[in-house]
Amino acid sequence: MNTKQDIATLNMDIDKIRSEFPILGRSVHNKPLVYFDNAATTQKPQVVIDALVDYYTNLNSNVHRGVHFLSQQATTAFEEAREKIRKFLNARYNYEIIYTRGCTESINLVAGSWGRANIHAGDEILITALEHHSNIVPWQMLCEEKGAKLKVCPILEDGSLDMAALSQMLTTAVRLVAVTHISNTLGTINPVKEITRMAHEKGIVVLIDGAQALSHMKVDVQDIGCDFYAFSGHKVYGPMGIGGLYGREEVLNAMPPYQGGGEMIRSVTFEKTIYNELPFKFEAGTPNVGDAIGFGVALDYISNIGLDQIAAREHELLAYATERFKGDPLIRIIGNAPEKASLISFMIDKIHPYDAGTIIDQFGIAVRTGTHCTQPLMDSLGIPGTIRASFAFYNTREEIDKLMEAISKVEELFL
Amino acid sequence: MIKIEESTSAIVSEFDIFDDWMDKYNYLIELGKSLPLIDEKFKVESNLIEGCQSRVWLHAEFDGTNIHFTADSDAVITKGIANLLIRAYSGHTPQEILDSSTEFLNEIGLTQHLSPTRSNGLLSMIKQVKMYALAYKTKQAMG
Repeated sequence: MNTKQDIATLNMDIDKIRSEFPILGRSVHNKPLVYFDNAATTQKPQVVIDALVDYYTNLNSNVHRGVHFLSQQATTAFEEAREKIRKFLNARYNYEIIYTRGCTESINLVAGSWGRANIHAGDEILITALEHHSNIVPWQMLCEEKGAKLKVCPILEDGSLDMAALSQMLTTAVRLVAVTHISNTLGTINPVKEITRMAHEKGIVVLIDGAQALSHMKVDVQDIGCDFYAFSGHKVYGPMGIGGLYGREEVLNAMPPYQGGGEMIRSVTFEKTIYNELPFKFEAGTPNVGDAIGFGVALDYISNIGLDQIAAREHELLAYATERFKGDPLIRIIGNAPEKASLISFMIDKIHPYDAGTIIDQFGIAVRTGTHCTQPLMDSLGIPGTIRASFAFYNTREEIDKLMEAISKVEELFL
Repeated sequence: MIKIEESTSAIVSEFDIFDDWMDKYNYLIELGKSLPLIDEKFKVESNLIEGCQSRVWLHAEFDGTNIHFTADSDAVITKGIANLLIRAYSGHTPQEILDSSTEFLNEIGLTQHLSPTRSNGLLSMIKQVKMYALAYKTKQAMG
């Protein structure tokens, strides 16, 4: 831990921050909640909850259509939120940000629109062994429909991507590389800028699944250079049911619409429909206005705290937990990539993760157990699943100590 | 042979002794560890039960009058639950099993206390027990 990070952490008033997340004050099984399932979804600060209540209390109306006061106010707030997302990701234009229901829908949008127009029989799509089902299944479906082939880049023993294999697999048949920024199961941070550079040298389009990344690190889509970047609001302290897709303007403009309906059209006759411009071309139907506004507020909230501070705090928690885990010879950490986000997947001796998770829950501690929607990865590691503790900046060392107590109890009961 | 209701009310009283859930789990774990071994040849895909985070195999044999269940799981707590179900239902006629209530699981607090995925696994196991009963009853009726 360098001095800069120590200072960064010292500047964070954890008690104050925790008090801003009302759910952290509740108890579970008569014990104070310890929430270590942040990779599944993060908790929401009061400002986000207030924004949702305020929207439905004072602003609710349909956007982009009405000339009336409320509609204009709601439209302004909705578009301001888009601008906040643009700024957060450092996209060039706000119309490069398309609202979706979340990361999964964003990937499906690319598969359904770009994929159906650009993938043909004999083409290849390259993914990695680290992918979440959301970044596997849409491509499988597309490959099946088109007679294309899905290829999987393997990982090394420590859970990092086999970059030598990746380089070899980027053949002339590959049309798209779809890779996760951070593995939700192992925490591995992939070198997405490098991967994008390698793919672009061969004219291959790149999609990054950013579901896990936005909450942990500064993401700059222009610096990465990728063509698509998919993300979810609820994993960045925002509401569920809202997310987005960043797409480079040139790529998005060349794509056919994804779904038909209102909002995505400029004019409709029974003979011919003229599609709307970006981003509305891809936003058919009434959008999720309230949650989009809440998403923007969440990004403001973490920007105010500072992503550097958050990253430093989370690294400190990860280092502490890793050190505690390594002190227990029965614990096996799954995934030891040098670049890792603040989550630990582990197994306790031969204890089934589900048994362990059930007992850990009795301590009021929320961890995730199972395959984490990465079944192929678990199969390749030859394990039935893992226990995953994923940390956010509002977690504490004391909470990690409680997890260690729960793990001791698990060992006592099952071994 | 004791009736299903007698077994299930005995199970409920056993669980009543424990005040907190950690003790109940401890008991379930003991039951899991003491679950009679299933014949390895029955741990096949067709005996796997869907809807559980851990893998559960349930095998049924019908002797013409009663159904006999054996089970296994890779998770101990699940084995404990399987043990309870076997104790309640194994060695009974298809009709008895079909007529029996699953209320005892609510009384223990199992259905409320276990997480939904686990709970679904439990419900899937019960569903499978009842499916076997229905299948063997049909087989009986057809001679």
